[in-house]
Amino acid sequence: MAAGDGSRRWASRPARIREDRRFVTGRGRYVADITPPGILHVGLVTSPHAHARIVSIDPAGALELDGVACVLTGAELAKVTEPLRQYLPLPAVQWRPLAVEEARYAGEWVAAVVASSRAVAEDAAELVSVDYQPLDAVLDPEQALGEGAPLVHAALGSNVLAHREFSWGDVAGDFARAGSVSRVRVRWNRSSTVPLETFGVVASWDDDARLLDVWASVQMPQFPEQLARALRLPGNQVRVHFDVDVGGSYGVKRGIKHAVLAGYLSTLLHAPVKLIEDRAENMHGGDFHGPDRIFDVELACTAGGDFTSIRIAVIDDEGAFPGRSPLQLAKPIGAIVGPYRIGSAAYTATAVATNKTGQVAVRGFGQAPTNYAIECAVDAAARTLGMDRLAIRRRNFIAPGEFPYRIPSGTEYDSGDYPAVLDKLTGIAGTPGRPGLQALEQRRDELREAGKLAGIGVATCLEPSGGNAIFENVMNPANDKTTFPEGCRLRVDADGAVTAIVSIASAGQGHETMVATLVAEELGRDPDSIRVIRADSLAGMPSQSPVGSRMTIVLGEAVRGAAAELKRKLRRIGAHNLGVGVDQVCYHDGSVAARSGRSLGWAELADIALRKQHRMPPGEQPGLEVVHVAHTPRSGHLAGPDGSVQIYPCYSFEAHLVLAAVDPETGEVNLDRYLIAHDCGTVINPASVRGMVFGGTAHGIGVALYEQFAFSEDGQPLTQSFMDYLLPSIHEVPQITETGHCTPSPFTTLGQKGAGEAGYMGAPAAVASAVNDALAARDAGPVLSLPIRPADVWLALGGASP
Amino acid sequence: MGTSHRIEIVVNGQLRVCETAGRTSLADLLRDDLHLTGTHLGCEHGVCGCCTVLFDGEPVRSCIILAAQADGHEVTTIEGVGERWGAAAGVGAEGPACAGAEGPARAGAEGPARAGAGGAAPGAGLSPVQEAFCQAHALQCGYCTPGMVLAVHALLAANPAPARADIDDALGGNICRCTGYVQIREAVELAARQYRSLAEPPDGGR
Repeated sequence: MAAGDGSRRWASRPARIREDRRFVTGRGRYVADITPPGILHVGLVTSPHAHARIVSIDPAGALELDGVACVLTGAELAKVTEPLRQYLPLPAVQWRPLAVEEARYAGEWVAAVVASSRAVAEDAAELVSVDYQPLDAVLDPEQALGEGAPLVHAALGSNVLAHREFSWGDVAGDFARAGSVSRVRVRWNRSSTVPLETFGVVASWDDDARLLDVWASVQMPQFPEQLARALRLPGNQVRVHFDVDVGGSYGVKRGIKHAVLAGYLSTLLHAPVKLIEDRAENMHGGDFHGPDRIFDVELACTAGGDFTSIRIAVIDDEGAFPGRSPLQLAKPIGAIVGPYRIGSAAYTATAVATNKTGQVAVRGFGQAPTNYAIECAVDAAARTLGMDRLAIRRRNFIAPGEFPYRIPSGTEYDSGDYPAVLDKLTGIAGTPGRPGLQALEQRRDELREAGKLAGIGVATCLEPSGGNAIFENVMNPANDKTTFPEGCRLRVDADGAVTAIVSIASAGQGHETMVATLVAEELGRDPDSIRVIRADSLAGMPSQSPVGSRMTIVLGEAVRGAAAELKRKLRRIGAHNLGVGVDQVCYHDGSVAARSGRSLGWAELADIALRKQHRMPPGEQPGLEVVHVAHTPRSGHLAGPDGSVQIYPCYSFEAHLVLAAVDPETGEVNLDRYLIAHDCGTVINPASVRGMVFGGTAHGIGVALYEQFAFSEDGQPLTQSFMDYLLPSIHEVPQITETGHCTPSPFTTLGQKGAGEAGYMGAPAAVASAVNDALAARDAGPVLSLPIRPADVWLALGGASP
Repeated sequence: MGTSHRIEIVVNGQLRVCETAGRTSLADLLRDDLHLTGTHLGCEHGVCGCCTVLFDGEPVRSCIILAAQADGHEVTTIEGVGERWGAAAGVGAEGPACAGAEGPARAGAEGPARAGAGGAAPGAGLSPVQEAFCQAHALQCGYCTPGMVLAVHALLAANPAPARADIDDALGGNICRCTGYVQIREAVELAARQYRSLAEPPDGGR
C-alpha cells in the first residue's frame, strides 16, 4: 500500500496486528464461548409459511419435556416490550422479535422456548403446536407495487415503505441536449455478508443490582439504547460488553431482536440466557439479508463521450420489516455520480415490502449495488459510442486539480487522483516484455485460442468513508440527528504506562492495533507500550460502532483530541516545574522542554501528575486522564429540502481489472487474473488495508457469480445452507494483485480515508464487466443481473448463436 | 436424549474419559464438556470448515462426527497446536511480513523478542504455522483461523513444499469470509519455508 509522505514513525509502516495472536491460538472470546453458571438456552419456533395468520399456539407438548423452563409467544412479549426501532415514519408497521398475530415470512420467529440445553430447547421447539391460517404472499418487489397485490402489512394499505425523488441541476435540459443516452436495467439480487459466526447473544439480569449485562456479537450503532428502550428500561440498567470478539460482520451483526428477546427472557427467568442462531435460522429468519435491487439507469453523453447527466431509479425489496435498511437507499446520494464529472443527476428511490426476511446494513450501505449500476451504464455508453472502456472513464474522471469537488447532490469529494490510480493499475497488469494492458489482452487471446470465451472487466469507483448518519434525515426529515460521534479516553498511570480506552466491539478490523498506532503518532510513544482496552457501554464513551468505514477517521479525531488535551496538561506541569510560561515550552516524544534546553521526561511528568501535588500548578487536577468525544468530520448540517447534503467526509477510490475465462459448454466462469489499485489516503496499517481490499474483493466475486438468497414462488427459502448459498472458497478466489496510491484527505488527522468496504465497492461491477466482455466477443449478452450463474451465461450464448 | 456412551479420547495428548449422549457431536463435546472453545461452529453441516480438528492426524469436520465415534482415537484441537509444535517457533521473523510490505515487520525486526502492552513476544509459544499466520496477517475476525491452522499443519505434514495448487486443494474445505485467501496463501508458503529451514516438518498430530 502507499505509505503516504513518510513523515510518520509508526503509521503506514509494516507492523503486526496485535489481535492476531489470540486468534491463531484459538483464544478469541466469541459470544458462544461465554457461559455464565446456570445458563439457559433459547430454541426458536419459526413460521413455515411466507404469510399466515397465527390462529393459536399450544406450548403444552414442549412444557412436558424435562429441562424446559418456559415457552414465550409474540403476543406475550408484545405486552411487555416496545416495538423495535425503525427510521421511517411507519406506525402501522411494528417490528418485533416474535411475530404477533401474523407471520410475514417463512422463517419468522413465532415463539421461543427456553431450556437447560440448546438440544432440549430445539426438541421442545418442535413440540410447540402452532395453528396457522395461510394468507396470500407477495415475493416480487415489482408485483408488490402493483394494484391488488397482497399486502405485507395490511394496516399500511400499501407495500411502499418509502418513496423519495431527488433532482439536482438541469437534468431535463442535459438529457434534451445529449448526443446519446445509454439506458440499462440492472438487477442486484438478494445476498448478504453471511459471516461465519452466526449472531449470538448472552443476557444476564441481576435483580439485586437491577442491571442487564449483555454480551453480543454486535456491530451496530445505538444498540445499547435501542435495547433499553425496547425493554422499557432506563439506559443505565443495560450494560453491553464490548470486549467480545465478533466472528465477522461486514455490517450485518445487528441482532437487536435477538438481544431484546434474550434480555427479556433473562429478566423473566432471573437466569442468564443464551441465544445462538444456527445456520438455518441465520439465513432464513435473522433479518440479515442485504440489498435486493432493480435499477434503471440513464446516462446522457455528448457525441464525444462526455457524461452530462445521470438518472437513477431504484426499487429495493426490503423484505417484511424495514428496520434501518431503507436508509441504504440514501447513502449513495453522496457518490451518485461515481468518480465522474457529471453536471446534473436525478435519483428516485422506492423501498418495497415483500414476504421475505428483513434486510439490514451490508458492507457499503447500498454503495456497492449503486456502483454496479453506474458502471453498467458506463460500459453501455462505451458500447454505444464505440469507445474503449478505460478511455471513456479517463475522459470523464474528476481531475486531480478539481478537488475538493462538489457533486450535484451537494456532497463535496475531499481529494483524489483517479488517473494516477488507473495508471498504476494498468502498470501492474504488465508482464516482462508486455507492458500494461497488452499482457492482459495477450492472455485473453490465448484463452480464446484454447476454446474459451474470455473477457476483460473494468470498474472504477468510490468508497465513501467516515460514516455519519445524515441519511436518516434525508429519508425522513423528522430524524434530525446530525452527529455520529466516537470517543477515546487516554490514561497515563503514575509510572507512565499509557492505556487507550475505546467503547466498540470489533469484528476483525484490528482496532486495537489501529488505536495504538494512532495514539503512538500523537504522543510520540512506542505503540507496543500502549495498552488498548474496550469499556462497556456504561463505563465507556459515546460510540456509534465501526460502521461506514469510519474508525480510522472518527476515532482518529477522538484520539487526536484526547492526546492534544493530555499534551496541554503535560506542558502546564512541565512549564510550572521549569519555572517558565506555558508558551515557553514544547512537547516532543514524551518530554516537555524549555527553550533553554532544560526538560522533564515522561516518567517524571507522570510521577508529578499522579503523586506530587506540591509540584503541580495551582488549581490543576491530579492525574493524567482525558476523554475526547469527536464528531465525524464535516458533519453537523441537516439536509436541504432537495436532499442535498454532505453525506460522508472522505472518498477512497479503487480501480479493478479482471480477466475472466468462460467455458462456452457449461457457462462456468473462472477468474484468470485479478488486479486492483486502491487509494485510501494515508494507510494506518498496510497489512490490515491489504486484507480488507482482498477480503472485500472476494466478497464481491461471490456477489457477482455465486451468492443469492433465492425463494420459491410461494416464499419458501431455497438457499437453506452453505450447500445452496455459495460462499467463495479458495478455489473461486484467484490470486489478487494489488497496488496502492496515497492522496491524503485534508479532513482527517493523518490524511487517512476509509478502507473497510474496499474491494467490495467495485468487484461485482468488474467481474460482470469481464463476463460481458467475453460474451460480447460472441455477440451475446450483456447479462445485467447478479449473480451471473452458469445458466445465465448459457442462455445468453444460446440466444445469440445458431 | 437417546443413548449414553462412556468414551476415551486422547485430546491434545491427554487421555480424557467422558460420558456423552449418542447424538452429541465431537464439536459439542470439545466445546461444551472439555471447554476447548477454540473449535468454532460456523454451519454445523460440514461445509465451512471452522470446526476442523485433526483426527488421528487427518483434518475432519468435528460438527459431523459424533463424539462416540472418537472413542479410542486421538484428536488435536487448536489448543494443542502451540503445545505440540510451539517449541519449534520463536525463530524470529523471516523477512517482510507480507508481499508488498516495505521492510521487515516492526516487531520481528527489533531482534530479541520483547513483550509489551501490545501482547506477547512474536513467535513465543506458537507453531511456525501460527507464527506465519501472524506475520502475514492471514486472518481478520479469527473465526475460521483455528480450522485453517490445523488444515495447514496437516498439509505440511504430508507435503513440506506445497505448490499453490496444493495449498488451494488442502484449504478448499475451509471458508474464510474476511481475507479473500491471499494472505492465507502467503502464510502457508511462509510456514513451509520455515519448516524446511528447520528441517523438522510437523507430524500431523500422529
